[in-house]
Amino acid sequence: MTWAATRRVVGPPFIAVALAMLVASLILVISGADAWAAFQNVLEYGTRLETLVEASNRAIPLYLSGIAFGIAMRMNLFQIGVEGQYILAAFFAAWVGAGVGTLFPPLHVAIILVTAMAAGAFWAGLAGFMKVTRNVHEVISTIMLNAIAVSGVVAYLLSRWKIESATLDTRLGDIAPSGWFPSLNPILELATREIKRVELSGFILIAALVGLVYYLFINRTRVGYDMRATGANPWAAEAGGVPPKRTIILAMLLSGAVAGLVGMADLLSDQYFYSLRFPRGLGFTGIAVALLGRNHALGVAFAAFAFGWLERASGILEVRGDAPREIVTIMTGVIILFAVIAYALAQRRARAEAAAAAAAQVTTGEGHGRGVP
Amino acid sequence: MKTAVRLQGITKRFPGVIANDNVNLTVEEGEIHAICGENGAGKSTLMKILYGMQPPDEGQIKVLGEQMDFSSPKEAIESGIGMVHQHFMLADNLSVLENVILGAEPSSGPVIDFATARTRLQELGEAYGLELDPDDPVETLEVGERQRIEIIKILYRGARILILDEPTAVLVPQEVEELFRNMRDLKAEGHTLIFIDHKLDEVLEIADTITVLRQGRSVATVKPEDVTAHDLAELMVGAELPTPEAREKTEKDQVVIEVENLSAEDEEGVTRLRNVAFQVRSGEIVGIAGVEGNGQLELVEAILGIAHVTSGAIRLHDQDISEWPVRRRREAGLGYIPEDRHRRGLLLPAPVWENGILGHQTSKRFTKGIWIDEQSSVKFADEVIERFDVRTPGPRTPVHALSGGNQQKLVVGRELATDCNPLIAAHPTRGIDVGSQAAVWEELRRARAAGLAVLLISADLHELLGLSDLLLVMLRGEIVARLDPTDVTLRELGAYMTGAAA
Repeated sequence: MTWAATRRVVGPPFIAVALAMLVASLILVISGADAWAAFQNVLEYGTRLETLVEASNRAIPLYLSGIAFGIAMRMNLFQIGVEGQYILAAFFAAWVGAGVGTLFPPLHVAIILVTAMAAGAFWAGLAGFMKVTRNVHEVISTIMLNAIAVSGVVAYLLSRWKIESATLDTRLGDIAPSGWFPSLNPILELATREIKRVELSGFILIAALVGLVYYLFINRTRVGYDMRATGANPWAAEAGGVPPKRTIILAMLLSGAVAGLVGMADLLSDQYFYSLRFPRGLGFTGIAVALLGRNHALGVAFAAFAFGWLERASGILEVRGDAPREIVTIMTGVIILFAVIAYALAQRRARAEAAAAAAAQVTTGEGHGRGVP
Repeated sequence: MKTAVRLQGITKRFPGVIANDNVNLTVEEGEIHAICGENGAGKSTLMKILYGMQPPDEGQIKVLGEQMDFSSPKEAIESGIGMVHQHFMLADNLSVLENVILGAEPSSGPVIDFATARTRLQELGEAYGLELDPDDPVETLEVGERQRIEIIKILYRGARILILDEPTAVLVPQEVEELFRNMRDLKAEGHTLIFIDHKLDEVLEIADTITVLRQGRSVATVKPEDVTAHDLAELMVGAELPTPEAREKTEKDQVVIEVENLSAEDEEGVTRLRNVAFQVRSGEIVGIAGVEGNGQLELVEAILGIAHVTSGAIRLHDQDISEWPVRRRREAGLGYIPEDRHRRGLLLPAPVWENGILGHQTSKRFTKGIWIDEQSSVKFADEVIERFDVRTPGPRTPVHALSGGNQQKLVVGRELATDCNPLIAAHPTRGIDVGSQAAVWEELRRARAAGLAVLLISADLHELLGLSDLLLVMLRGEIVARLDPTDVTLRELGAYMTGAAA
């Protein structure tokens, strides 16, 4: 990639974050807070090793959620059903994981992950199936399927399968420790120092692997090419032999399978059971993460970490009484808004530059062609 | 009779082309004046200039004797000119009445005065026999009815001079009759109509005066009673036939593609292709002539596998491929140059090399196992760029940055460079300059000599006559003539294409 191209990809999110900080400062000043002190506190607290580990743990599900959305987006499918898919997947994975008892650890983990991916893929596949057979728009079907999954299937089955617990919590049984995902603290501590209270989830390695596979699949494989071609121009892709229906189904299945993994970091590194208090909303935040990261494997990683960090580091604002933590919600909103604008402007400029370069080619007649006969 | 419109010495240049070259046109008040010419003869450009959509580089526009200098259609509308475009500009989810007043709403204060609008609409409808229910939602209406809304729309805005851009192109024969009745009523009320068409039988039926454009120039203005359809066809394409090159027969016995009894429908379920049958043999170019919209698109898409075929069989290399998906057909060697490169041929945001393998992405040449072989694909793009003179900064430039002609060369080049057989080529030289056109023709002849079977669809009659071994003429979805291109005159060809030789 040339420097200009790199700048166009990397520049906009930084501009967006800078502008968002400006807006946040303005709001802080208007509400009578000391913006400078607030930012200093956040920066000081946010650069502590423990906060960074927490931010990373938060970033894992956001990353997977962003990638799940991004896969479908490459085909211009607006798959907003990650929310329902990951909750459904986490529920069934937790149920199966608890039900099988104690197993050889890698096998136990594998069974749980495969269950989660299968459940997510199945739920997303339903939306794909409705689109290719009945032409139901994926936005409509995935919204409906979200409601059915969360308030329907999971709520009903949870009430049927819940266990008696001392805390009177509505929950499933515990997953035996053989199904837990190891902490990376021992490795991290070798390079840094002793970490208190928090543990870096080993699931970050799975997330990184998913990102790598996503990158290679979309950009390097033949099927990935078919998907990108369909996203760029479905009519030309069809004429070029890409089977439209099969490709839509495939994209939804892959997207759903990754969505199924979204809840796994929380399930296997933190909670070890499914309950009514299982984290919600990761699917929707993932849309913003994918947007900020431009559906790119690395970009989404940065975006996920940025969201995770803002959420964790902002906790200090309330503790110190600087400002309400809602200021962070405003900031994330402003970041997304500015990022969208900045990307649109960068893209317009890139197009103009490319067109100018090609036009220069025509008039000078230099380059690859053999000249006008 | 007064002169409604007088265009004098209109010249309009675009980069690399002269669309109008010193065109003169005189339209008398209260007549129906037809403008005929081949595709690209400059008809639409001339009308856009008259309607204020584009300023001329040179020349004068006089409307009812007054010198005009339109800078926008709004000014043209104010001086009583209205235009019905070939592609309708209607809001589907609004009613007829709402569409008619859209942008020119009568109001009392901040509220739209629907009652006044309704009365005026009914008056107009009765006066010209353009009957429509004001409350019908537009999405439920037929094409002919939509066209009537467009006409009422411009009458509502006070137009006395109406420009109709190929109004019959989208209509079925009964609707054409209806339209012609409306046009005669409008004329009887003293309106002036300028009407673009290239179906000669229609022009001769309705027009009072005919002006023929050829290659941007106005070549003749005639009265329909003085000419035949044959004369008009000759005026349109020019008298000189292309020099028939000393053609050696290269066709061999083996049939590469065979179509039998093929019928197909469009998306609305209208039959666009009826019982078409032909064969293309190895080393043979079969040309399809016909005015656009007479089933050529459906024929191409049926062979490719994306049209809705209702009956018949397609055989490729002696195998029945009627049930095959597109990919299997392409893998079996079917090459395809689409008539609309932006819709069916290119991924505009993707780089040149990715576009170079589109349609061939499953070929062993461009893949390694499950992976796309980028190195080999880029090398192939370089080969196409070199051989077909595609002007691009490089194989990694996005295709949207290339000019239309260079995009077309890429689309043509990728098929010819991948050794497909047969090749379905729809307008292979559309939009490219004369030098590149000759190069593409040369490539087609060379491939034919090497055994390629080509089905060539083109609006360029010189191209068809110069390249084809056999010429089929399509009209209203049927093959109406099989001609020997060495033994046919343009007059005869034009007559078959327009249905004048019934």
